[in-house]
Amino acid sequence: MPLDQSFSGRSYPSASKYEVSREKIREFADAIGDPNPLYRDREAARAAGHPDVLAPPTFVTIINLAAINTIVADPELGLDYSRMVHGSQSFGHRRPVYAGDVLELTTHIEKIMTRAGNDFIDLRAEIADAGGAPVCTTRAQLVVRGEDA
Amino acid sequence: MNVGDELPPLSVRITRDQLVRYAGASLDFNPIHWNETFAKDVGLPDVIAHGMLTMALAGRVVTDWLGDPGRLLDLSTRFTRPVVVPNDGQGALVEFTGKVAAISDDGIARIDLVARFDGQTVLGRPQASVRV
Repeated sequence: MPLDQSFSGRSYPSASKYEVSREKIREFADAIGDPNPLYRDREAARAAGHPDVLAPPTFVTIINLAAINTIVADPELGLDYSRMVHGSQSFGHRRPVYAGDVLELTTHIEKIMTRAGNDFIDLRAEIADAGGAPVCTTRAQLVVRGEDA
Repeated sequence: MNVGDELPPLSVRITRDQLVRYAGASLDFNPIHWNETFAKDVGLPDVIAHGMLTMALAGRVVTDWLGDPGRLLDLSTRFTRPVVVPNDGQGALVEFTGKVAAISDDGIARIDLVARFDGQTVLGRPQASVRV
């Protein structure tokens, strides 16, 4: 079943605020096996000119994926989750994410298209800090394999 | 930094226990990344690594080289092939390389990355842009 094209252009405001903790940053850095001290040691981060420990570049996947999962679970969109794969992903940072940041994310469905029997959904998320200043823009393309593909 | 400079390569063995750790840290609990029966039921050869974990490791090639990850501005990739992770304690060996592809007048360098597993690339056009 093709996706409901009318979802193109829809926006989804942040469901909740996400407070970035030093512990979560360290847990994430451990999980990707990255020993960089700037993810763990506040003094090292300050010595490098940062206000606090920073998060790895893909850290915001935590809130980005949650937003994506909420959108694709909408029954009206008609997406078969079991046929969905992550086609591409990008993170564009205006600044690093820091411990203590309180982030909000607004997701936009930029485009829905069908090509060779597969559906493609382009999503963009704007992540802002507590003052509303932009922190990161994420883009994802989801691919839903067609029944015959 | 000069165009053509090669970044120090990174080789990582992605194991099942790392997938469980990454699932917990990233809150991505899709069972294709930890449940062999489920993965096979949906047509995969075995459990596969999170594409986002492979992407994070590709980013690490750049941030290891920079020292300060705050200089990494953009990171992007397509996910073209799965990294199959057997339950054998050895895991899947993924090898990452990168080189400086371009440096612009405004002090931004583009880094082209490569991620290889089992003789093939697994990421499509993985790239980073960094402050020189």
